[in-house]
Amino acid sequence: MSTTAAVLEAEHHARPTGFRRWLFSTNHKDIGTLYLTFALIMLFLGGISAMLIRAELFMPGLQLLDPDLYNNLITNHALLMIFGAVMPAAAGMANWMIPLMIGAPDMALPRMNNLSFWLLPAGATMLILSFVVPFFGGGSQINTGWTLYPPLSTQVGMAMDFLIFALHLMGISSILASINIIVTLLNMRAPGMTLMKMPIFCWAWLVTAFLLILVMPVLAGGITMLLFDRHFGTSFFNAAGGGDPVLFQHLFWFFGHPEVYILLLPAFGIVAHIIPTFARKPLFGYKVVVGSLLGVATLGMVVWAHHQYTIGMSLAAVQYFMIGTILISIPVGLIVFSFIATMWRGSMTFETPMLFAVAIILTFTFGGLSGIMLAVVPADMQYHDSMFVVAHFHYVLLPGAVFGLLAGVFYWLPKWTGRMYDERLGKIFFWTNMVGFNLTFFPQHFLGLAGMPRRIADYNMIFTEFNVVSSVGALLFGASFLLFAYIVVQTVRNGKRVEEPVWEGARGLEWQLPSPPPFHSWEKSPVLT
Amino acid sequence: MAEKLKDWAARVSGTLLLASGPASAEYGVNFPPPISEGARQIYDVHMLTLGIATVLMVIVTAIVAYSVWAHRKSRGFEADARFHETWFGRWGWTAVPMLVLGIDLSIASSAQTTLEQVWNVPEGADLLDVKVTGHQWWWEYDYIDHGIKVESRATMPEQAGDNYLRDVDHPLVLPTGRKIRFLHTSTDVLHAFWVPALAFKKDAIPGYVTETWAEIEQEGLFRGQCAELCGTWHSRMPIVVKAVSPGEFDEWVAARRASMEAAAAEAASDKEWTRDELFARGEQTYNTVCAACHQVNGEGLPPAFPALKGSPVVLGPIQGHLDVIVNGRPGTAMQAFGQLSDLDIAALTTFERNAWGNETGDVIQPQAVAALRGETRSASR
Amino acid sequence: MDPEETKMSAEHAAYYIPQPSPWPLVATAAAFGLLLGTALAVNGVAAGNYVLVTALGVFAFLLYAWFGEVIRESLNGHYNEKVDRSFRQGMFWFIASEVFFFLAFFGSLFYLRMIALPWLGGEGYLGASQLLHEGFAAHWPTSGPAAVGGAFTPMGAWGIPALNTAILLTSGATITWAHWGLKMERRGHLVWGLVATVALGLLFVALQAYEYHEAYTHLNLTLRSGIYGSTFYLLTGFHGFHVTVGAIMLLAILGRSLRGHFKPANHFGFEAVAWYWHFVDVVWLGLFVFVYLL
Ligand code: HEA
Ligand code: HEA
Ligand code: CUA
Ligand SMILES: [Cu+2]
Repeated sequence: MSTTAAVLEAEHHARPTGFRRWLFSTNHKDIGTLYLTFALIMLFLGGISAMLIRAELFMPGLQLLDPDLYNNLITNHALLMIFGAVMPAAAGMANWMIPLMIGAPDMALPRMNNLSFWLLPAGATMLILSFVVPFFGGGSQINTGWTLYPPLSTQVGMAMDFLIFALHLMGISSILASINIIVTLLNMRAPGMTLMKMPIFCWAWLVTAFLLILVMPVLAGGITMLLFDRHFGTSFFNAAGGGDPVLFQHLFWFFGHPEVYILLLPAFGIVAHIIPTFARKPLFGYKVVVGSLLGVATLGMVVWAHHQYTIGMSLAAVQYFMIGTILISIPVGLIVFSFIATMWRGSMTFETPMLFAVAIILTFTFGGLSGIMLAVVPADMQYHDSMFVVAHFHYVLLPGAVFGLLAGVFYWLPKWTGRMYDERLGKIFFWTNMVGFNLTFFPQHFLGLAGMPRRIADYNMIFTEFNVVSSVGALLFGASFLLFAYIVVQTVRNGKRVEEPVWEGARGLEWQLPSPPPFHSWEKSPVLT
Repeated sequence: MAEKLKDWAARVSGTLLLASGPASAEYGVNFPPPISEGARQIYDVHMLTLGIATVLMVIVTAIVAYSVWAHRKSRGFEADARFHETWFGRWGWTAVPMLVLGIDLSIASSAQTTLEQVWNVPEGADLLDVKVTGHQWWWEYDYIDHGIKVESRATMPEQAGDNYLRDVDHPLVLPTGRKIRFLHTSTDVLHAFWVPALAFKKDAIPGYVTETWAEIEQEGLFRGQCAELCGTWHSRMPIVVKAVSPGEFDEWVAARRASMEAAAAEAASDKEWTRDELFARGEQTYNTVCAACHQVNGEGLPPAFPALKGSPVVLGPIQGHLDVIVNGRPGTAMQAFGQLSDLDIAALTTFERNAWGNETGDVIQPQAVAALRGETRSASR
Repeated sequence: MDPEETKMSAEHAAYYIPQPSPWPLVATAAAFGLLLGTALAVNGVAAGNYVLVTALGVFAFLLYAWFGEVIRESLNGHYNEKVDRSFRQGMFWFIASEVFFFLAFFGSLFYLRMIALPWLGGEGYLGASQLLHEGFAAHWPTSGPAAVGGAFTPMGAWGIPALNTAILLTSGATITWAHWGLKMERRGHLVWGLVATVALGLLFVALQAYEYHEAYTHLNLTLRSGIYGSTFYLLTGFHGFHVTVGAIMLLAILGRSLRGHFKPANHFGFEAVAWYWHFVDVVWLGLFVFVYLL
């Protein structure tokens, strides 16, 4: 008996180094760091494609890109950002923070954790291959957009198969990561931490992970059917054989709409930690927020067809989808309300994370409200597939996901590294970022209303003005991310050592560990009272 | 009350919109003026929700701004730890969702009549049925009741001028003051018919038919574009509606029918065509149908769009050349153009084989195309 | 070391965190290779086949190595009750995700039959599609307006499918019976239960293969037979694949049972496979009703 225990002890203290530490890792913090680094790289790749898109749209006419390359780029842009940047960054934060927050020594299934991570670079490689094979004799480019609607996607050459498999790899990665997160949260909490005492970030991820497990397989099923239609002569999306192209849309959006909440909720979870810290006041209405998270997820599962109002559904169907969609404003509104009420009569300071949190409340509400406009069926007859939609979703995706994650980086970087970022640079970054963001996407609303369709590489003269503004804004916005990368690198390398407490108002188990935390987080479970 | 609210909301949001962008009519910031009852209702719904959204945004911003200003540590404000025990802390949870629910329901219900109006396609004998078929990358309009048909393709910058990408060779001519039912479908991939002045769009789904309707109240030219990503030239699939008075419409129909009959007679005749006749005709067809990708000078835009000048396919056996034109190249941007008449294909082939220094000297007659078509069809089976 | 003692130490030891392991990386390489190989192969690139075969080899080796390591750790008593609970919950959520994978296919079937087909046939409020397909009678089973794949005979429910239903249901019973044997520490009972289950599973797969053969040769019912053929083979095919995987897992469990790896109180490996088998069983019932019967 004693031998086994001794071996276990020894194993716990052996600290791997070099390539074994990173490639073979079973440590939640190292894996979290891998996830975050990967996400940053993908953000830059996705951002470079965004910059090319905006450069092409700077002026009417085809200057830089041929139309297929343009649409290949938007496809890649969307997938790199969603599957490459946002989801992995959120998973990276989950890896880093969940065990610290719930008093666990590590994630429940550490080896599988590493598998979830490594599938991502594999998937990203496949995705990049799908972008480049057409230039090496692999048939036509993927000009379908990220929605991959057939029959257009059955026309595309072999690049589409690479894309399908890239999504499979990333999908498996997310499913495994979600299983791990759910099991960790349900099984690894410190004694005394009941579910209703669990930090909101954990709740947000629990709900997100449920969503992922429910909808990722549906996407996998849909793209598998697409693969069969492409190569094995099936007729799922082919009317001649009795199939229906619209079926793919249902499958895609059954995944796709919950997916937007998968992007949103972890970031909201982060904001729900930041605001209480900097308002020095506990989160207002913890229980209601938990309920709202569940409400968003539940409603979010059953409203997918609001992306397809123009396919010719029956009146009853569109009425149902319209009302369901609009009702999501209740749980989301409650969360926003809770954020504001937490700020209210607090004692606030505005370090960079808090600046982002406040900006998120405002810009996300803006994007959410344009979502409500889109949900109204007759009006969406006009908005659909126009630049108005592009404006809407960047107004929710950036505030609702990217900014939340950025705020999380500023908030937790001192925890992870034991070093403080440069607050002045942080503020400069915040303001350039915010100005660039609004300058890029606000004008797109007007473009859409005035009749500019999305996914066009070339446009009529009447759309010039706002496109110019948008492209200039995008350049500023993009440049601000260079500053972000600089801040992060500079902090990790030679930031000032933090003094405890890192943030005066921060509460929770994660702050009871030193910064940076020891290699094994909670070897002895903390006991909550 | 509701009427007033609507007016006010429209004014507030209108002002906000104008203040934040250049307000010239040319560079539109909002829907173009609606030209049908349905479009007007949709416009109203849009302005209403826009107004509600604007008001909510202002309220949220005001509250946040006040809090950011007032409840700051630097002003010495101490956190109110008992806030959740106040009256508001207890009842906010009920009040806020009730309020949101109320707003939600009023949005949904105010959209209700419009929705029904837009969705329920009227029936009746005087309905004008127009079948709108999307092709990669042009539109085909079938006036089912009149037995006439229009092919509508983008014009190139030289002809279109400032309207490039919003201008076509043959517009969709429609009468005012009559209920029109649009039947949307497609022959290849998804497209979507979108004329902003009519304020709706509808997807064209291959193998299925979707419906919409409108009654246009105003004469004029109304421009729009294909709104569903349909491949390479999705950006170059304009729609132009030319609304004319019923009398003018009837005249147009008669003229169109006459010209179609003449063209059909010409194509069906056993006439032996000369090289020059075919070449001239082919050049015209080439410039409307093919030049968008392969360019007027036949040099294409490689690698996506190969050159035809000196192309091995064009210079090779006639059969192979025709096969590519009629059946397309699956998996590439090259579509099947089998819907063109034998005469057009013959002319096109003759043109391509003799233009830009492609000196094959071949002259292809329509009868030969018909014969070869038959063969390729049975061969591909 | 006597078993009792192992159990004790496992109870008291800390949650087991494995040492750095190469297997996740190898697994990724295998998965990448499998998909890359397939992508190339379906596009007629010959190199794809080599990639595919190599990756399959790596994958088989990986399964052996990774599961081998897990089994060794388990036998060495590294896994306490909490670890065991993590495994169980993990398996549960994995099966949940599989359920949704199949739900996508069932959902598609319902949509195609109940919404798309009437629409195609010109029924309902969008009564206009007959404009394109005159004379098309929208009845299930169908291969669409163009009768893609030619005339076919649909698969009846009461021949092999009914037999297969009986077989799978029986196998569900035999595995439960084996589980009793395990709990009562009767090795023979356990082993014979498993042998019966594996045999039934393999019989099911064989009959299914025979049914496919019949369909292809006599009914002209192929993967290309329009939407009926597509959905038929998609659903039964993915199910058959899961049965095959399940049978392989059962074989592995059988091997471990013969070596006496499982204890009445501690046999997660067995239970995971049993759950999986029941899941496959339930999916089949859905298939039998919606694909064959209705
Ligand atoms: C993080 C991502 C995210 C989030 C959170 C949302 C949130 C919402 N989205 Fe958005 N959406 C996308 C990402 C997202 N969306 C993307 C990527 C697309 C395009 C995909 C593509 O086609 O490529 C899209 C497209 C899209 C469409 C389809 C448009 C079209 O193609 O025609 C619709 C239509 O209903 C819609 C609606 C909504 C609604 C109602 C919400 C709601 O959840 C918003 C709720 C929030 C609020 C309402 C604000 C806060 C609430 C209050 C302050 C309370 C008071 C409010 C009221 C009383 C109303 N979205
Ligand atoms: C989380 C998701 C996410 C994120 C973060 C972004 C970020 C950005 N997106 Fe986009 N986008 C989508 C998701 C996202 N997007 C989706 C789903 C679509 C729909 C695709 C489809 O239709 O199929 C889309 C489509 C889309 C379009 C519409 C294309 C079209 O329909 O024709 C445009 C156009 O302006 C655009 C722009 C941008 C810009 C400027 C950014 C910026 O925020 C990017 C800023 C980041 C960087 C720039 C990276 C960091 C910096 C560098 C790399 C250094 C180099 C910088 C310079 C040279 C200045 N995106
Ligand atoms: Cu046709 Cu886009
Ligand atoms: Cu949605």
